[in-house]
Amino acid sequence: MSRLAGYLGLLVGLGILLSGCDQEPMTNQPKFETYEAAPRWPDNQSARQPVAGTVPRDAPVELTVSDNLPMPLTRELLERGQAQFNVYCSPCHARTGYGNGMIVQRGFPAPPSFHTDRLRNAPLRHFYDVITDGYGVMYSYADRVPPQDRWAIAAYIQALQLSQYARLDDLTEEQRAQLDQDDPAAAGTATSAEEGHQ
Amino acid sequence: MPQIFPRRANSLVSMALWGGAFGVVILILVAITIGSSAHDTGVFTTPEQPVPFSHEHHVSGLGLDCQYCHTGVEKSDFAGLPPTYTCMTCHSQLWTNAEMLEPVRQSLKRDEPIEWVRVHDLPDFTYFSHRAHVNNGVGCESCHGRVDEMPITSQRKPLTMQWCLSCHRNPEPNLRPSDKITTMGYDPAKDGIPGHELLERYAIRKDNLTECVTCHR
Repeated sequence: MSRLAGYLGLLVGLGILLSGCDQEPMTNQPKFETYEAAPRWPDNQSARQPVAGTVPRDAPVELTVSDNLPMPLTRELLERGQAQFNVYCSPCHARTGYGNGMIVQRGFPAPPSFHTDRLRNAPLRHFYDVITDGYGVMYSYADRVPPQDRWAIAAYIQALQLSQYARLDDLTEEQRAQLDQDDPAAAGTATSAEEGHQ
Repeated sequence: MPQIFPRRANSLVSMALWGGAFGVVILILVAITIGSSAHDTGVFTTPEQPVPFSHEHHVSGLGLDCQYCHTGVEKSDFAGLPPTYTCMTCHSQLWTNAEMLEPVRQSLKRDEPIEWVRVHDLPDFTYFSHRAHVNNGVGCESCHGRVDEMPITSQRKPLTMQWCLSCHRNPEPNLRPSDKITTMGYDPAKDGIPGHELLERYAIRKDNLTECVTCHR
């Protein structure tokens, strides 16, 4: 009798141990990681499409887009604009803004140069709108560049334009004196290329 | 009563004891070796993808920044995989008839995502955040290796806890200034600002980095 009880105990013990064999490893738990496939869900996706018109909870709701820069123009803003311009725009527009970026060199239709009268006189809002809606063969960047960064990029584009089109009249008396002192020969063709380096 | 064991039993017992102890040490060494081997950690795992996307071509050939496609990297825990729309930003004009890109065009047409195969998969009990690393001086290359030299993406780092901790215990040699995060082939030790200065600039508190709850919760 006691021998039978022993065997039964052993059997139950083994059963308990064996039940561990069918466990999913803890490294792969029954939950969805970001973008993990979800069989039986629409499109096999665990990530759902937000309802059309959804805005992030922490995003400022812009009922109307401002015509001017809605934030103070600071060095930080321009630096942010430069960084984002170099990431998202430079592949086609080139870091200089002349529109001969690497993707254009590989056959993409060339965008217009920023350094033309038409775009030099374009309002800041124009660049914001083009980033939002796209233009010609340029796709919309609305899902890649958030509104704050669009303004930063637009502001940087104007800085870029200025870097290729600075007139002697734009300089103060002091700066002009400094320029003459630095390089008397070059006085009169003052262009600051500092920000436009490729 | 005669002797039960012959004389050589003495040496057999001592051999068995020493051999056993030695065997345990060997077993531990073998376990460690297997555990940290490429087979177990997945280093050089190169899954087949629905489209043979080349980071080498797009990053070092064309000079695209990582963020151009992985837009979520500085805002979100997940770096983000580009939607088909991002691919088609260029490929609506370039290589429009390439056989290789047929799944991409079909994906846009049918509004169905491309099912990329995950290359870097951490265990489900670790909570890695791209945002936390990228905004605090850790570059893409530190965990993903030279992506700009990969025609097909593969895992290059072991991604074991020991490997994570080696940096969490001593982050200085891996820190970069914020404008060099996506740069490939950058050597923080040689090219950059000294690690201890960056540690201060990013206000990194080293004592927090090895808390269990930093990665597990």
